[in-house]
This record gives sequence, C-alpha cells and structure tokens, in this order.
Amino acid sequence: METGRTLVVLVRDNPGVLTRVAGLFRRRNYNIESLVVGHSETPGVSRMTVVVAGGAPEVDQVAKQLRKLIEVLEVRDVSEGSPLLREMALIRVAADGAQRTEVTELAKLFGAKVIDVSHGSITLEMTGSEMKVDSLVRLVSKFRVIEMVRSGRIAMARDTQERDNTVALSA
Amino acid sequence: MTIAIDKPTTIPAVTQAAPEVKRLTGSRIMCEALKNEGVEIMWGYPGGAIMPFYDALPEYDMHHVLVRHEQAGAHAADGYARATGKVGVCIGTSGPGATNLVTGLATAYMDSAPVVALTGQVARAFIGHDSFQETDIVGITLPVTKHSFLVNSAAELGDVMHEAFHIARSGRPGPVLVDVPKDVMLEEADYTSAVRPEQPPHGGQGDYDRAGALIDRARKPLILAGHGVILAEAYDELRSFAERTGIPVIATLLGLSCIPESHPLYLGWPGMHGPAHINRAIDEADLIVAVGMRFDDRITGKLETWAPNARFVHIDIDPAEINKNVKVDVGIVADAKDGLASLAASSSPADHTEWIETIRSRARPEGPPGDAQGITPYDVLGAIKHGTGGEARLVTDVGQHQMWAARFYGYDKRNSHITSGGLGTMGFALPAAMGVKAAFPGEPVWAVAGDGGIQMNIQELATLAQEGLEIKIAVLNNGYLGMVRQWQQFFHNRNYSETRITGPDYEKLCPAYGLQGRTVTRKEDVQAAVDWAMSTPGSVILDFRIAQEANVYPMIPSGGSVATMIEESEVVG
Ligand SMILES: Cc1ncc(C[n+]2csc(CCOP(=O)(O)OP(=O)(O)O)c2C)c(N)n1
Repeated sequence: METGRTLVVLVRDNPGVLTRVAGLFRRRNYNIESLVVGHSETPGVSRMTVVVAGGAPEVDQVAKQLRKLIEVLEVRDVSEGSPLLREMALIRVAADGAQRTEVTELAKLFGAKVIDVSHGSITLEMTGSEMKVDSLVRLVSKFRVIEMVRSGRIAMARDTQERDNTVALSA
Repeated sequence: MTIAIDKPTTIPAVTQAAPEVKRLTGSRIMCEALKNEGVEIMWGYPGGAIMPFYDALPEYDMHHVLVRHEQAGAHAADGYARATGKVGVCIGTSGPGATNLVTGLATAYMDSAPVVALTGQVARAFIGHDSFQETDIVGITLPVTKHSFLVNSAAELGDVMHEAFHIARSGRPGPVLVDVPKDVMLEEADYTSAVRPEQPPHGGQGDYDRAGALIDRARKPLILAGHGVILAEAYDELRSFAERTGIPVIATLLGLSCIPESHPLYLGWPGMHGPAHINRAIDEADLIVAVGMRFDDRITGKLETWAPNARFVHIDIDPAEINKNVKVDVGIVADAKDGLASLAASSSPADHTEWIETIRSRARPEGPPGDAQGITPYDVLGAIKHGTGGEARLVTDVGQHQMWAARFYGYDKRNSHITSGGLGTMGFALPAAMGVKAAFPGEPVWAVAGDGGIQMNIQELATLAQEGLEIKIAVLNNGYLGMVRQWQQFFHNRNYSETRITGPDYEKLCPAYGLQGRTVTRKEDVQAAVDWAMSTPGSVILDFRIAQEANVYPMIPSGGSVATMIEESEVVG
C-alpha cells in the first residue's frame, strides 16, 4: 500500500490556479506529500494529483476546501478501490566497468530503463509504484547516487464504467 | 470512495432577455456592469491607475462616496452588504489604494459578507516591472477573498464583472476582487449584460428525515442560530421552526437579531462572554440544531469539553463547514431559509417548557452590580434602546463595548446588530455604519465604539460631514484599550502594558469637522444626551466616560470551558 490519500483535482488551466491550490494547503496547514500537475484529456482543464497525509476526515476537509476554490472543477478521493498509482524517477548512479553491469542487471529486474551512459555514470528511468521506486533507489544507493528526480504520484481510479469522465468546461 | 461533486461551471453567464451588444471602453463596461447589477452606491478613492473609471463614472447614475481611507470604503461596502444582503462595492487605485482595502476585505471574508472590490492596476505592459504603484493585489488578497481576477483584456471585462457579483453573493457570500489594468479600462470591446440568477442548494430529504427523528426524540434541545439565518433572510422560517418544535433559540454574536430577543423562545447568546446560564444549557443539551454558523472557537472554547451530551444537526450552505470543527450527526448543505422550512416539515410539534424554565431559572439579572459608580455601559445601551424605541441599527466596534452592546441592548428588530465578529477589526464601526445608513437612510443608525477603536477610522467624520450623513456615535470611553486591559488584569497580573490610551476631546473635535459632540460624565445625563443626539441634525459623537476598569463578565478564558468560567463574584479587586 502507498502512504497518504490520493486526491485527483481537476482545475481550470488559468494562470495562478496553482498558487491558489498551494496557498490553500499552506493556509490551512494541510500536510501535502506530493502534488503533480499536468494536462488532462480536456483542453483547458489541468489535472492535479495530490497526496495528502492524514486520515479520511482530514482529507475530506481538504477536498471540501478545494471545491470552494472557484477554479477547481472537481475533486475526487481515489484512495479506495485499488487505484492505479504510478511514479516516475530518473536516477543517476556513479558506475563504471563492472559496477555498470551490476546496475544494469538491477535495472532489468525492476523493469527500469537505462537512458544514458557516460564515462563515470549511468542513468536509469524507472516507472512504477512508489514502493518499487523506493526499493530500486535503496538497492542502487550502495553505489553513489549522483542525482535523482522523482515525479511524485500520479493516479487514476480503475475504470468502473459508471463515471462520465468528461468535464463540462465552457470557454 | 468517490466524493465527486460536479461544480457548476462558472462561465459563461445566463442572460434572460435578448442580450444587447454595446461597443464600450473598459471603464464604461465596468460602469455598465455595475449599473446592470443594480448598484446604486459605492465607496472609493481615486488615483492614477483607476482614473479612466472615475472619468466614466459621472455619466452613470450611481452615487459614489469619497471616503477618507480605502479601508473605510471596504468597511462601508461591507456594512451596506450586511444590512441589505446586496453586494457592497468599494474602489481603490493600484498599489497603496489596493493594499488599504485588505483589512476591509479580510473582515468581510471572515463574516461572509458579499463585497466586490474594484482596483486599478498599472497598464499591462508595466506589470511585473516593479512599476510605480504596482502591487500584486491579487496575490496579496488570495487568502482573504472568495475569488479574485486580474483582467487581461476589455473583451473579458464584462463577463468578469458579472461573474464577480455572482460569486460574491452566491452560496456562502464573500468578497471578490477585480483588478483592472489601466489600459484595459481604455481599450474598447463589446459588452453584453450577463447578470446571473442564484440557485441555493437544497439538502436531501433523507437528511431532513433523520434530523427530524433526532429533533422529535430530544428532551433538551437547543437551536443555535448564526449569521447564515440573517444572510438568507430566514427570520420567519427560524421563528416558525422554533415555535412548531418548541425548541429554545440561542444566537451567535453574528446571529443576534435573527429572532427578536423578546421572543419567549429566545434565550441569549453563548460563548466566551455569554451569560453563564446559556453556556450551562449547552453543557446539558442533548441536541443542538445549528443553523448557518461555524462553531467558532469563541463559542465552543475547548472542543472536547463543549456540549458533551449533545447530538448535532447542522445546516450550512458551505459544505466545508459540515464536520469542520464539530463532528455532527446530520449535516445538511442548504441555505438557512430552505433548510429551516424543510426541517420544520420533518419534525413534530413539541413542548419544551420545562427545559426552558430550568435554563431561565438559572439566569442572573442582566446589568451592572448594584453598587456600580458613575455611567455604566448598561446605562448607555439602555438609553439608546429607549431613545430610539428599539428602532436603531447598532454597528459596533471591537472590544469590551462590543460585548456589552451584544448583551445589554435587546435586539428585537431584524438585522439590527452589525459587528466584525470573525476578524474582530477595530475601526469597523464608524465606516460600516456609513454603509448601513446608506442602506436605510430613514432609520436611526448608531455606531458604538471604544475610545481606542473610534480613533482607527476617525477620519471618516469628514465623509459624514461631506455626505450630510446622520450617524450617532456612542464612544464608551474608559481610557484604556479595555478588552486587552481586562486580559492583562485576569491573566497578566494587572500588568497594564501599553493599554492606557488617550484621545481627542470629542466635544471639540466634532465642531472642527462641522459636527457636534458632547462629553457625558454623569449617570443622570445619559438619557438626555441620547435624546439630544437624536434631535440634533447630522452626525453626533457622545463621549461617555465610563469606569476605567469595568469588565465583561462572565468570561470563559480562551480554550476553556464552563468549568473554567470567571464570574464577577470571583474577581477580587
Ligand atoms: C485592528 C486591531 N488591532 C488590535 C486589536 C486587538 N484588540 C482587541 S480589543 C482591543 C481593545 C479595544 O479598545 P477600545 O477600542 O478602547 O474598546 P474597549 O475594549 O475599551 O471597549 C484591542 C487592542 C484588534 N481587535 N483590532
């Protein structure tokens, strides 16, 4: 199981909307583990995945307060019903010679890709659950991790066929 | 768990009549939109970035009040909004004009008052360059507005204006800021009126049935009515619900005057300075039906020990208020008018006379101790009530006098008590009273303030004079920042650090503004002074000298409970 509860937040793609959402979290003292923003399937609508520390009642408050923001179109708590959760990481590890083979082997075991190799380092791209990313990071850290970036969680509920996924957005 | 609630999209607007398209400059679009929203009066202050708006304004038949400080403009708009339920409008220029509005917007935000603030902004090309009088007012006001707009073009200005009004007054009302760059005001675009109708939410029938069942079963129920009742103008619905179910009513500070205090089912108000028997009643209650209120900490004190025996039905228009502070048994998202009517339909007639009598039997007579010397707050409020026949609307400032005014007046007239509750903004009373008076020019309006707070927007005396407005101002002058001094007395061993305060001689100050004032030092002159104020044309200040160390009793210390309440008899010296 991943930690925290996962909210999917659809927002108008307006300038400043991220400030409003982030400002709300800060002002109300909500504990945010990660926040990822990108395009959704609807032009003009951005999709945020927010991981909130806390139990259902706190997260319910977060969702309600988010809904009060005018530019927030929809908030869904997708924590229940084994949602699809993914994170991506790029990990650059110091490695040469024999070490390089060892890292490549590890990568293969985790389904991670080698996306860059240079004289003293090797860079992996890993996509999977946060737990899997954590494990890979733990294993490769016996070599020196030079640089790492993790995307934070993105999420989607499983397809229950019931939901109409289109968000009405008029210009 | 899916908790999706599809919000109605906010744009575009619905227009009833065939829309007429007009080609206008941005500043005229602003004026047209104000006019179409039914705005008759606004409070503002001009400056460089908002000059095009002021250039267009005289072409339109709307009254603009030139305040002496933008903060006062925002409070006046807020006062007007609270008194009428309509959107109050205030205006400031960019930079300092805009930042001066902030306290007023925060005050309106905390108390859910519908206000639209229009600010000028530097021209688009100058934004982001630290230009003269540029400030990110949208950024500054993010946490204290319901929403805000920086307008990018004249083409969107009309829709933004109407959207701002819609947001300000719909659902849980609140302030909205529209920041308009100067060159957008000069640009031409097409404008069509787009005033949007409101649709309050209605709770689910199942919730009303469950609430009704709890109500029918309760033996010691209380109705706790808040500002939402006034905002929704649910006076009749509250009264009918209470009378049908026989449940006694207590009101929050902002709920005062939602039901006549002389009504047999009305008991008083709870919280930090509420009478002891009301807080004890909450302690014993087995059901609290809370309507249009948000369980503020000034009411509950320590949440864990508050209303320990009660179950809760909570009606509020803001879903985020349900279960925010108090975990409730039934939460209903509805406007108070609709919610109370539906709740009445779902509950049965009952009689709670015995419970009411038990509560009342513990009440102490309201008023100062018999041996009080000189003028007491009780005398002053009684004299205002008597002098105005209860017809006055009281606008109070923040501090001891605010609590005394809430306790000792006896509000029988609907929406006749207006105060800054949530933010507790000193300097609110005088400018907010200007807004209230503008809404009800034919009714007596009194501002009641302390000698500290009155000095925070005293410059508005000039506005009163210029406008020929008639506001009667009662200063309860104790020579201290009284409420802070009281806390110093109780909790800081009488260390009166920086609370001794002096002020002008109001009797002399008033004539300097073309107004009249009087100092009142003797108990026997109080009523005559009030009567004199009533019969004197124009605005008047009455400077009542009250006891320096008068206190507000009882008091539940912050975060405390009934068990930690301080009563008068316990305080020695
Ligand atoms: C703008 C602002 N500054 C400070 C305070 C803190 N404060 C709350 S009550 C109070 C004292 C008010 O004194 P006064 O206006 O004389 O009224 P009194 O309590 O004596 O009736 C102060 C300073 C406040 N509420 N608002």
